[in-house]
Amino acid sequence: MDYPMFPCGDCAATLQIGDRICEEVNRTVVSVMSALQEAAIPGVRELVPSYGAVCIHYDPELLSYNALQNRIQQISARQPVQGGGNDRPAVRIPVCYGGDYGPDLAFVAEHSGLTPEEVVRRHSAGQYLVYMLGFLPGFAYMGGMDESIACPRLTSPRSRIPAGSVGIAGSQTGIYPLASPGGWQLIGRTPVKLFSIEGTHSTFALSAGDRVQFVPVSPEEYRKLEAGV
Amino acid sequence: MIEIQRPGLLTTVQDGGRKGYQAYGVPVCGAMDWLSLARANLLAGNAWDEAALEITGLGPAVQFSESCAFALAGADFSAALNGRPLAAHGAYLAHRGDLLELGAARNGFRGYIAFSGGMDLPEIMESRSTCLSAQFGGFEGRALKKGDRIGLRAPQFWLRGLPKRQLRENCSFEGPVRVVPGPQDGCFSQAGLETFFSSEYRLGSQCDRMGCRLEGANIALKESCSPNILSDGVVMGSIQVPNGQPIVMMADRQTTGGYVKLGTVISADLPLMAQKRPGDKVRFTCVTVQEAQQIRLQCLRRLRNLEQELERGDLW
Repeated sequence: MDYPMFPCGDCAATLQIGDRICEEVNRTVVSVMSALQEAAIPGVRELVPSYGAVCIHYDPELLSYNALQNRIQQISARQPVQGGGNDRPAVRIPVCYGGDYGPDLAFVAEHSGLTPEEVVRRHSAGQYLVYMLGFLPGFAYMGGMDESIACPRLTSPRSRIPAGSVGIAGSQTGIYPLASPGGWQLIGRTPVKLFSIEGTHSTFALSAGDRVQFVPVSPEEYRKLEAGV
Repeated sequence: MIEIQRPGLLTTVQDGGRKGYQAYGVPVCGAMDWLSLARANLLAGNAWDEAALEITGLGPAVQFSESCAFALAGADFSAALNGRPLAAHGAYLAHRGDLLELGAARNGFRGYIAFSGGMDLPEIMESRSTCLSAQFGGFEGRALKKGDRIGLRAPQFWLRGLPKRQLRENCSFEGPVRVVPGPQDGCFSQAGLETFFSSEYRLGSQCDRMGCRLEGANIALKESCSPNILSDGVVMGSIQVPNGQPIVMMADRQTTGGYVKLGTVISADLPLMAQKRPGDKVRFTCVTVQEAQQIRLQCLRRLRNLEQELERGDLW
């Protein structure tokens, strides 16, 4: 692979793969990630994918910057998988839209000149590609939302948004993995935990390259799923 | 068991950091000053990255309800055990009922209290570090409060050479901070880079475990470049320049960021940044990544020498 590499200090380096948010670049990022994982270069500690780059954390006691550069050049690039992302089946995420779970659904509908039902239909019609995770543990930056339901952020952010809230900000959609402050327009909520810690065990529902499909559920179903019935 | 009698300004449990989960958006956290954490732990007979209390600006008062050796390193907080003053870098034995009191930082800003045998707290994603932003890890995912009680995992009350288990070298937090340019130094004009490496910057009031905002001469980008980039990985020491003024990203930073990064503070000098307080001044100098890696190796060699001296008990 001969992508340009730049140092991030003495313990990490960035492999620059593309400079656009698009499925093609993401596909290459995902394939570079798996090539690097497979190569298991001694001294490489952690790989962090983003829209168009992979940040490689390494231990300079075992692997110098120059040696890392040589090792990466020796890895042969592989054919990216077709259709974007990885080859896992889409992750289905149940969402209860509107009501208390999605207090801004009416506003988003009004803003886009659609009925709330139509906003829900369009939001849950397509599949979304997870470009990367960041901002909070388990927070997925997803692309692929229908532009007709894009909506600006709230003018004054809420001080606390419940975990699982599904929101729209501009032409992005996302799910809050944890309760946190935020300015996204909330259209629904999922009972699925995107990030959870039980005892010392942690789980993440999504990773970069996954596809997401939202499935509308009733408040009754939401409560059942939440209760684990 | 230890009990917090007075919490200090910001006292958290931190270790070598939560590594391996950044791809899921989990901040690394961990000690702001990894060298002082390592020294405190080595003095206490622990592994260098064991969890310890990180104290900030104004230290806590800690009561021991069982005997345990502990060690101090980092800034000098005028520590005293039952009123008897302690040197800033040394190991000591606390008996049941003893009270360890720390005051305001005299040099530097952060210090570490390491307990021999470690603290009895669960590891979450292989780390005991407190993640303040997502409220997990450490002690209940938060800064310590008065009345908090923390168990000791395997309290030791004998350490080789204990009365003289002190650091010989003087810890100074002075001097310029060395920076490796990149990954987006190419977005800055030559004049902009020269400005950054020749000017003095002052730490603004917004400095915390996430990052240090600096104030000073404006750093110019190339005309064709924007301060916004496609978000990519941010490491500890990354210098983002969102609006001409630099921000040094620190332990609790988010894993990715969308501003151009001029360079990265070298790992050996991260402790210098961590020990600065709002209002302090700092200058940066430029080194190559190869030089930075040599400096890191020397730094690690000194730590290993200290570890061996402590094991042999020939510190004095």
